[in-house]
Amino acid sequence: MMLAHLPLLEQGIFVLAALVLFTSFALLAQTRLTAAIHSFAWQGIMVALVTVLVAMVSHIHHLYLSALLTFSLKSLLIPWMLHRLVRRLNMEREVEMISHPAILLLTGAVLVIFSYWIALPIERLGLGNTRNIVAISLSVVLLGLWMMVSRRQVIAQVLGFMSMENGLFLAAVASTKGMPLVVELGVAFDVLVAAVLFGIFFFHISESIESLDVDRLNRLSEREEIS
Amino acid sequence: MADFLSVSGWLLVFLQGLLFLVGAPLMVGWIRLIKSRLQNRRGPGITQPLRDLYKLFGKEVLVAHSASIVFRTAPYIVLASTLVAVSIVPLLSANLPSAMAADMIVLVGFLALGRFFLALAGMDVGSSFGGMGSSREMLVSALAEPAMLMAVFTLAMSAHSTNLSSVVEFNLGSGLILRPSFLFALLGLVLVAIAETGRIPIDNPATHLELTMIHEAMILEYSGRHLAMMEWAAQLKLMLYGVLIANLFFPWGIATELSVMSLATGLLAVVGKLLVLGILVAVAETVLAKMRLFKVPQYLNLAFLLTLLGLFSHVILESGT
Repeated sequence: MMLAHLPLLEQGIFVLAALVLFTSFALLAQTRLTAAIHSFAWQGIMVALVTVLVAMVSHIHHLYLSALLTFSLKSLLIPWMLHRLVRRLNMEREVEMISHPAILLLTGAVLVIFSYWIALPIERLGLGNTRNIVAISLSVVLLGLWMMVSRRQVIAQVLGFMSMENGLFLAAVASTKGMPLVVELGVAFDVLVAAVLFGIFFFHISESIESLDVDRLNRLSEREEIS
Repeated sequence: MADFLSVSGWLLVFLQGLLFLVGAPLMVGWIRLIKSRLQNRRGPGITQPLRDLYKLFGKEVLVAHSASIVFRTAPYIVLASTLVAVSIVPLLSANLPSAMAADMIVLVGFLALGRFFLALAGMDVGSSFGGMGSSREMLVSALAEPAMLMAVFTLAMSAHSTNLSSVVEFNLGSGLILRPSFLFALLGLVLVAIAETGRIPIDNPATHLELTMIHEAMILEYSGRHLAMMEWAAQLKLMLYGVLIANLFFPWGIATELSVMSLATGLLAVVGKLLVLGILVAVAETVLAKMRLFKVPQYLNLAFLLTLLGLFSHVILESGT
């Protein structure tokens, strides 16, 4: 089916899905913590909007509820909590050094191609007209994973983890019109509890090594100084 | 598609070239006017850049005694290559015989030819500023060109042609479709256009501050009609990118047939689009500050990433069964 023959709402879903992918890249490249948290909040907004559009197209009413849940949790509450943490740890102006930003982003692009290749058979199954949003969500998941691998800042890693969850949610909404509400509630609270727990961990890590740089956890003795 | 040998088609190309030549200084004047209004100044009138050009053409040409023939011929080559590039771009009408002769990749090539001689001319006299400007210009263009080509490819994949006329006709014919790839290509192309025309986050066209200038540093040694030609070429390039963005992504109003009525609508439409674009440029330049030169690669990386995502989203979301 050509794109031109789809109704405008479904075209909107594709645009928003592409924007979710873009915010994933923005997250990956952001060196400032506050800016990264903002990109994460934008990603939450985009995912919630996709859910609303899918609900409008497919007339499934409980999707509105999960859109509201996504919006309030992932684009308001969790970013606010992370913001508060960053402020209390005095890390608002912290800039993480990324040694090779171009390689970081190009690897991200390779991951997108890889997930497109992986998702091709799924598209051929023809689960409705969701096109290849599965590929987009898989690449959001992989980009989140890549962010956790490549960044050394704990908060950036947590953001990567959360954006992986966004990708999974996007896949569920776009390909199977959402999970059952019970599962969605469970996952949402899971993420919320994870955010709270991560906050406590941040404090412990920063108390014991006076930094949130994960590389310093490798060091055995505390006396070793970084010159 | 227009007939390649039609006289009226080539007349239209000629008319378009004239319109570009007059319109480019006017567009720069319009941007300056809006900018000065935003800064609570009255500012010069919209025809001021035209009058400047006229004045410069009447002035004596001074050439440094260390200058070679490259320095003297570069203004002609730069202006000529920009003019040829401009004649490919559909301004009033989508059917251009010149667009059949050359596609978007050739357009990028012509711009690169002009830039090459501009950079050579900057280095020719041997002043330190000229060399600095040339090296910076090459840095910017080396990073901007891949992004520009990616944006071109994204458009070409949707329209199944790299020809500007057929891309415009394809967009006109398909009506309003929300294409994620076009959104990304548009954003990437806007970033590239800002970098290539030396507007504010990259280069400040209104300053002669030694540390930051790029384009001004290269043409520092020019005077008289040489300077006028260099400036004219730069203004033409700004209008070229403006028309490219306006007519490729928002082609509504452009003439598809050769009648006086439709050409007049095309003219009105393109003038309206360029006026809106000029206001946007002026507002952006008032809000933003110039970026450090070492940040420019990051900025162009973003442009490249956007256009690459445009290509991906075309393949992933739009093509297929």
